Order: sequence, then C-alpha cells, then structure tokens
Amino acid sequence: MRETLIKQRYRLGTKGWFYAGRYGIERYLYIFHRISGLGIILYLSLHIILTSTRIFGQGIWVASMEMVDKPIFKFGEYLVVAAFIYHALNGLRLFFIELSFFIGKPSRQDYPYTTSVKRQRPFVYLTMIALLCLLVIMSVDFYFI
Amino acid sequence: MPLLTFKIQRFDPEKDKEPYMQEFTFEVEKGLTILDCLNYIKENLDATLSYRASCRMGICGSCAMLINDYPRLACETQVLVLGKTLIEIKPLPNYPLVKDLIVDLTPLFAKHRAVKPYVIHPDERQPEKEFIQTNQEQTKYLQFAYCLKCGICLAACPTVATADNFLGPQALAQAYRYNSDTRDNGLKDREKIIDSSYGLWRCHMAGACAEACPKGVDPALAIQLMKKETILGKKKNIAPLALPLVGVEPRPGIPKAPERTVK
Repeated sequence: MRETLIKQRYRLGTKGWFYAGRYGIERYLYIFHRISGLGIILYLSLHIILTSTRIFGQGIWVASMEMVDKPIFKFGEYLVVAAFIYHALNGLRLFFIELSFFIGKPSRQDYPYTTSVKRQRPFVYLTMIALLCLLVIMSVDFYFI
Repeated sequence: MPLLTFKIQRFDPEKDKEPYMQEFTFEVEKGLTILDCLNYIKENLDATLSYRASCRMGICGSCAMLINDYPRLACETQVLVLGKTLIEIKPLPNYPLVKDLIVDLTPLFAKHRAVKPYVIHPDERQPEKEFIQTNQEQTKYLQFAYCLKCGICLAACPTVATADNFLGPQALAQAYRYNSDTRDNGLKDREKIIDSSYGLWRCHMAGACAEACPKGVDPALAIQLMKKETILGKKKNIAPLALPLVGVEPRPGIPKAPERTVK
C-alpha cells in the first residue's frame, strides 16, 4: 500500500467545531455548549481570583471592585449569565436524550430514512423557546430593574 | 443540457506541497451522479484524477467524499438534485489524505476492529445448531447492521475533528449492534473498550453522523441507547439453540441430505 504522506493534516481541528458545514442545528448547539462551558469556567477562575483579593484588606478589595465596575465588565457578566442559562437548558436536553428519551427506537429503515436527530428536534425547539423566554427575563432584570 | 463547473481538490504527494482546486466545466444531463461526472472527467478531461469507487450503487461505501460541504456517497448523489451550477468536491475531512479525493481509512477500520465487531458465542464451543431469534429481536440491531464502513460519520463528527482517540460513531454503533444481538455474549468484553473517556462518553449528541449517514444507520441513536444501558444496566436474553427435529418425515420424492463433510 502507498504510504500515507500527509498524516493528520486533513483533520479539521477546532476549525471543525466552528465550521460545521451544512448540518442540522444540533451540531451548532454542541459547539455553543462547549464554548459556553469554557466561558463559565473562565469566569469562575476570574471570580475566585477577584474575590480572593479581600484577604489582602479592605482597601485592595474596594480598589478591585472599582476596577470591574465598568460597562464592559457589566456586559461580560451579562454574557456569563446568558451562557449559564444556555448551558443549563441544553445540558438538561442532553441529559434526557442520553437517557434515550425523545429519540425513538431502532426500526427497519425504509427510504427516506428517519433519524433520532429528527425525532428529538421538537424538543430542541422547545428548549430554544424556554431559552429565549429566560434570556428576555434576564435582560430586563439585568438592565432595567 | 445545463453547463456545470466542478471544482475538485487535487493533491499528488509526489509533486505538490499543498492541495489545490482544479476546475472542469462541461454539460451534464439529468440522471448523472457525481460519480458519473468524475468518471467523465477521468475518461475525457484529465486521466490523472484519482478517486475511489467500486459498486456505483451505494453498497460498497468506497466513494464517500465531501460534496458541496456535505459528506455524501458520490454514486448516490444526483448532480442536478444539488441545484447548483458550481459543485465543489473535496476528500472526506478528519482522515489522512493519500491523493486527490482518496483518504486513508485506516483509522476507521482500526476503531471498528477495536470494538470486536463479531458475534462472540455464549460458550467457547461452536454451536451445533442455529440460534433461534425472533423478528422483534432482530429489529433491535438490524438498522445498525447496514453500515457500509464508508467513513462519512467520522468526517461529520465534530468530536473526531479534535480527538483522534475517540472511537467515533461507526465503531460505537457497531458495538451496539453486536451487544443487542441475542446470539452474542460479548457485552462484558466490549464494555471495557466503550465505557471509557474516549469511548461512549465523548459523544455529546451533535447528531451530524445520523444526518449524514447514507444508509440510515443512525449511529447517534445507537450511542444514546448504549449510554442508557451502561448507566441503568442491560438485561439480555441469549437466543436458544434450535432443538433437533423429532418425528418429521420428509415429503416423498425429496432426496436425503448428504452426510456432513466437515466434522
């Protein structure tokens, strides 16, 4: 057999997460789930570092609080809450699907084929509607109350 | 007849440093598949074009490629059904590239082999009679038995894009296919391989494998069902062996079967 000259070069890498080609919505939800998860972890570590400044005394604590009291950090906080809501709701969806709810059972396949992905899609839409409602409530609470 | 342009990725490891795109424009008629068009190019326009194809009817799984940003079998894709005048053809992603549209499917077969994709008998002896399996029992795995090993699901999977060690939808679906077979008793053997961080639990239901599969195998379904079975435990009946026929008289005129030649 001819030796494969290009090893691993054609693997998509993280580009493969973002550019998903023309697949269904679930593949994009998967990508957002990863990004929102990473965002929440990043926020958690920043949050722990920032709040730990309290041990160095009142003055440093007040100074660090003033540092983050800017619109850009407020917007960042908004994104964290949005990511948290998305991650929680989509995680709940995945929890049910991984326990085999809404995906159907194996069956004899006739063309045109039906898939588990299509069968669970109404559940995806329901999750997205819930997400939208919670995002609206959160935005109102965040900026207007 | 409509005039179509085919933009095809070319790469010859002996000449080229990087893959590049080459265009071919010609008239096509209704009913032609992508594979027919590739054959036309090879026979009339550029004989150096390399691609893998065999049965030309969606049985062998050789001609899987990325057609207009979606992995498909070239032999099952009607060129006019795509509805575009520009058709871009690339090799399947997530595999090492060999030449032009040919990728090295060795990772796919290695993963497939890793899950022991064969019936492991309940005891070490070879069965003397056939297993009795009902239609309902067969339906539990039949869908997954249609896998062609074309490699499309691994090309579609976003996890495979970054995790080489992930077993992937094809191998996991085959693990479920044999685990669900009542003739098989290899559940414990396979569990060690699939119930691992690079096995079952690396799948996060992106669903692309199920959507792209040209045979409706639905690996995503198999993987989710297997997750549930791994969490909650699986109860499985082993198919009984057929009883020897007693008191059956052959119809008159039917000759007696010859003696067994293999003991």
